[in-house]
Amino acid sequence: MLSVHGVSARYGEAQVLTDVTLDVQQGEIVTLVGRNGAGKTTLLRCLMGLHRSMSGRVELDGVDITRRSSHQRARLGLGYVPDDRGIYASLSVEENLLLPPVVDERAWSMDQVYEAFPVLADRRRQTGTHLSGGEQQMLSIARVLRTGARMLLADEPTEGLSPLLVQQIGDIFRSVREHGITVLLIEQNLHFASSLADRHHLIARGQVVESLDNSEVKEREHELLEYLGI
Amino acid sequence: MDALLQQIFTGLVSGSFYALLALGLSVIFGMLGVVNFAHGAFYMLGAFGAVTVLDTIGVSFWLALVVVPLVLAVLGMVLERTLVRRLTSLDPLYNFLLTFGLALILQDLVRLKYGVSSQPYSRPDLLQGSFNLGLFTYPRYQVFVLVFSIVVSVAVWLVLSHTRIGMIVRASTERPELTSALGVNVGRWVTPVFGFGVALAGLAGVLAAPMRAVNSEMGGDLIIVIFAVVVIGGLGSVFGSVAAGYLIGMLTAVGNFYVPALSQSLVFILMALVLLLRPAGLFGREESMS
Ligand SMILES: Nc1ncnc2c1ncn2[C@@H]1O[C@H](COP(=O)(O)OP(=O)(O)OP(=O)(O)O)[C@@H](O)[C@H]1O
Ligand SMILES: [Mg+2]
Repeated sequence: MLSVHGVSARYGEAQVLTDVTLDVQQGEIVTLVGRNGAGKTTLLRCLMGLHRSMSGRVELDGVDITRRSSHQRARLGLGYVPDDRGIYASLSVEENLLLPPVVDERAWSMDQVYEAFPVLADRRRQTGTHLSGGEQQMLSIARVLRTGARMLLADEPTEGLSPLLVQQIGDIFRSVREHGITVLLIEQNLHFASSLADRHHLIARGQVVESLDNSEVKEREHELLEYLGI
Repeated sequence: MDALLQQIFTGLVSGSFYALLALGLSVIFGMLGVVNFAHGAFYMLGAFGAVTVLDTIGVSFWLALVVVPLVLAVLGMVLERTLVRRLTSLDPLYNFLLTFGLALILQDLVRLKYGVSSQPYSRPDLLQGSFNLGLFTYPRYQVFVLVFSIVVSVAVWLVLSHTRIGMIVRASTERPELTSALGVNVGRWVTPVFGFGVALAGLAGVLAAPMRAVNSEMGGDLIIVIFAVVVIGGLGSVFGSVAAGYLIGMLTAVGNFYVPALSQSLVFILMALVLLLRPAGLFGREESMS
């Protein structure tokens, strides 16, 4: 579904990604795991067309989208859930949900969204940033589900959340997969990642150092935890 | 007491111009990230537009109030597409050079045609004379300006807060990059928003024609105060700009009443105080500063 060929990226002089190649198949949940500063966020920004100084190629369903602008990529079905959750302070909860245009007929209706996330229904008139961290995370995910995105790019959605909320976010991604939506997930919590995902790419110093099936990750969990230092 | 009230009223009328100009400046800054130093020149063009269409083809004040802002909106959109657009990826210094340069060019073009003396423009017949406001009488035209500017500001606020376009403008102002990553073609809205901001400046210019000296300098004097108003209201905060516009108009008038010597500097003293105590401005959000 998504393939990344030899992507490199820099911030000014600093090389942050080097020759990253990976792929995500339709219907999979795939994680990017790596310690702080490894370049995970930068990679997601490259995929979303937000990072300008990059080289390499990005394909979505065989279509080269490397030259497409970010809004075009979103309209092709990429749903972005940024690391800071990206909730607008100048928009209400409902407006946060309605802002991104619908891109596909599989889009969730507002009723569906509110049924799946009742807390958002209760708070629809409130300012987006008045929600708690967990609620903002749900809003950020619900927002791209409402567009009918075919693939979610989610940047550490469990960061800073209580175990109970992490569990809820996990359930959300499982049901997202049941809807046939593909997920590329950045995750520092290896245990959580392996409870959810099909495959994992380990990122270190801007490179993919290993690509593993979930079973391998489960077997080597201790070794990997040590290696990642997380 | 009556004299003070009258002074406050005068301040609110000045504030009407501040509000309309700051509103346009603020929307433009929010959406484009451009500080438009040519805003005062567009205001001046609005006033000259009213004078010109009256002298050449006999267009009345009322019609000018519609036509001139529309023409300026088109001019603004052309300038955005051809020049201002190029600023996005450049050092902010170019923003200053381009928009300030534009202001000088527009001023000189007007001076070339009209010279330096002020152009006469009389009030529309309907607004001659005065209203009795109970405690004091006040020129009808000035009352009209105040009411009209409030109506326009409220209308803009309603559009921004209740329509899809308004939602897109608010979102793009707050997080332009994220907004495009969510599938909104932010670039498509940039040109009309710039045109709209310029049209508001033109509208203020038409409103000024019957009560202010219409000359090529009129915008340059005002724009400095407008920048202070926008900073006090909170950069990028539309509501803040309007509220600060009327507030500053009023406070300046009151200050002028008690300490005339301060009349020119009061606004900048206020700006310095606001920057010290609330760097994001009275109505700005702290997080939108980053
Ligand atoms: N705006 C920036 N300017 C300069 N360098 C940056 C910038 N953003 C990130 N970097 C650097 O790029 C590298 C990769 O950062 P990135 O945010 O992609 O890492 P990450 O894997 O997402 O880390 P984290 O787990 O902390 O989110 C880091 O060394 C970081 O210091
Ligand atoms: Mg990150």
